[in-house]
Amino acid sequence: MMIPGVDGFMYPNEVELQWSVLIVLYPFVTGLVAGAFILASLERVFKVEAVRPTYRLALLTALSFLLVAPLPLQLHLGHPERSFEMYTTPHSSSAMAMFGFVYLWYLTIVLLLEIWLDYRADIVRLAQTSKGFLRVIYRALTLGSMNVSPASRIVDDKVGYAVTVIGIPSAFMLHGYVGFIFGSIKANPWWSTPLMPIVFLFSAMVSGIAAVLLLYMASMKLRKTPIDMRCVDTIAKYLFYTFVIDFTLEMLDLIHRTYESDESFRSLDFMVHTRLWYSHVILQIGLGTLIPLVLLAANQLWRFTEARRRAMYVTACSLTMVGIFAMRWNVVIGGQLFSKSFLGYTTYKMELVTREGLLTAIALMVLPFVIFFVLVKILPPWQESEAHKA
Amino acid sequence: MEKLFRDSGHLIRPALVLLAGLGLFMVIRGAVVPKGFGQYGHYRPGALAMVRQHPLSYAGHEACAMCHEEESKTRAEGKHAHVSCETCHGPLAKHVDDPVANVPKLPTVATLCVRCHEKDQAKPKGFPQVVSAEHSNGMACNDCHKPHSPKL
Amino acid sequence: MEMNRRDLLTIGGKLLLIASVGATFEQITGAEPAPDVYKMADHWWGMIIDIEKCIGCGSCVRACSNENQVPDGYFRTWVERYEVPEGGGNPKVTSPDGAINGFPLPKPVDVKSFFVPKLCNHCADSPCTQVCPVGATFVSPDGVVLVDKDYCLGCRYCVQACPYGCRYLHPETETVDKCNLCYHRITKGLTTACCENCPTGARQLVDFKNPKDPVHEFLKNNKVNVLKAYMATESKVYYNHLDGSVR
Repeated sequence: MMIPGVDGFMYPNEVELQWSVLIVLYPFVTGLVAGAFILASLERVFKVEAVRPTYRLALLTALSFLLVAPLPLQLHLGHPERSFEMYTTPHSSSAMAMFGFVYLWYLTIVLLLEIWLDYRADIVRLAQTSKGFLRVIYRALTLGSMNVSPASRIVDDKVGYAVTVIGIPSAFMLHGYVGFIFGSIKANPWWSTPLMPIVFLFSAMVSGIAAVLLLYMASMKLRKTPIDMRCVDTIAKYLFYTFVIDFTLEMLDLIHRTYESDESFRSLDFMVHTRLWYSHVILQIGLGTLIPLVLLAANQLWRFTEARRRAMYVTACSLTMVGIFAMRWNVVIGGQLFSKSFLGYTTYKMELVTREGLLTAIALMVLPFVIFFVLVKILPPWQESEAHKA
Repeated sequence: MEKLFRDSGHLIRPALVLLAGLGLFMVIRGAVVPKGFGQYGHYRPGALAMVRQHPLSYAGHEACAMCHEEESKTRAEGKHAHVSCETCHGPLAKHVDDPVANVPKLPTVATLCVRCHEKDQAKPKGFPQVVSAEHSNGMACNDCHKPHSPKL
Repeated sequence: MEMNRRDLLTIGGKLLLIASVGATFEQITGAEPAPDVYKMADHWWGMIIDIEKCIGCGSCVRACSNENQVPDGYFRTWVERYEVPEGGGNPKVTSPDGAINGFPLPKPVDVKSFFVPKLCNHCADSPCTQVCPVGATFVSPDGVVLVDKDYCLGCRYCVQACPYGCRYLHPETETVDKCNLCYHRITKGLTTACCENCPTGARQLVDFKNPKDPVHEFLKNNKVNVLKAYMATESKVYYNHLDGSVR
């Protein structure tokens, strides 16, 4: 008796995939948050002054994606109305239970606080100068304090610095724990590796930096403002370094598996060569990693014209985003395509218009950009706050 | 001190917002956590009772013997001694509750017997199994074998 | 015995006092009127399965499906049929519809073949309860891994964490479901539906805390095994004559 979509033998309950494209989306989105924030911290903490034009942009990017992050999870749950239970009775042995607290911590103490501290002078000014509904918003954002004396701004800067410093391990936690959620599952050999949180983190940083670079270039284009090439070249350089580490880690995982060739290897190898051929080899490794690496490396070795560099960066960053999404897909979906008996494979039947379908996933990917657009209007990242000195 | 407050006093505001949020969370938590949670472990103790309340579908062969003494005796002395009544006759807890209202249907011999006794190399060698197509010349199994004591 | 009115009133008054105190106490503790004879601490449940007795009839799968209203296409228990070729290579395994109707007429092949019934292993160190974010699945004090369907979020993390593939998402309740060792039966002194209906006694419910339980002799006298022993889940379903090729 043949089950459609199944090759070989699968345990009867394994045929249907449990974690859908929405669960692919979630680590992708939190990865962008972590990566964008690391780029922001590059300027704030590590004093890479060249990337300052993207500081506020990176924070707003992080916030846009962070606000969307819980949505794929809520839509995936069988009972989203019970999700508060993770806050009221979190099971301390479950990495997933950490989510609510890490998320809230990161949203409030790190991101919102840092944005508030950095933007305060602008918020107060806009609260005093704007009219109508916007005025109400800005007044609320001031939290009632109109004190923007230079001394207070120095305090803001110091506290903001501390927040960014705390924010770096917080960002690592926000995304690293997702890697741990997969990496700690001994039942699944495709997921179970101590490298998983680290691979997730570095691919997050790659995708986040690439996303901010793309958003910066797109924003400047839309505002018809010249792109700060020194900024963009520096970001591309850091993207390149991070990518090299990420690629090394992923290749290490692959080589290690192939070398050890344990019980699961044959089954996983077959899966990569068949069901994951396009998403893993072509999309993730080929288009999503090797080509961007070549483009970025070329810019470290040779000097191209401004126009050429911009084209190469846009190509590299776009391919990178696709590649990192493919990586999440290969981990989440790939991990469910093979049987834990190592004797068979199933197929992921992605639906179109259901709660966990493709259209929902697309909508959830578009939503952060809509939020970003709104945030940019309310909190323009183009003026630098005067107390924030290099 | 006054200068410190003047320059960093605004920081109290987000701190207050945070504290208010925390307070609200603690209040809601107190109201919402199920009673007794954590008594035996990290779960609702009421769940144990809830699972135990599931209704029975199978009565168990001892229940059948209470009324059907003869059949039970025949079965106990034959080769099907270890085959529970409900294995062939289906779930009968409802019948035990109300024997007149819930009369069980007799199982279809054609599909029932071969499920166990059709020859399959994976079955234990000593287990009685036949190739049904060749065994009975089209006759039904219970034409020759009495189900409660099947050995001829 | 002579009783005057005063004695009657005194006795009546005392009775009333005791009754009211008792009723109040009952109200405070919410105690059930009838005492619960089943003591969880006296039991530690498991199962023993003898591969050489299993005939692959699927009676256990049908019984479980009836007893627990298991939805179509999902399985709390199932039976696998193995054909193991000589000299290495993967075994050929089938489980048509979980073997709910037994196995259709197989083509005779001259290789080692047998049936393996599977179910939740009710692991003492279960990886599935470890990962539940809210405490909706747990190991009961008497050793049964249960799901609290009124508390489960349906996140399916436990489904991913189970090495044996015994969990699924119930399509109607949208919560996770799995074999609960017929907890509602074993706490009443009955056996599980699958063991009750196994015609050869291949499956037997056991209670490790019962000194007279056959499990002690079974474990002492046989070469027993658990599924995926290297996972160290402390599975409480022991198999006799489990071939090394069994996944």
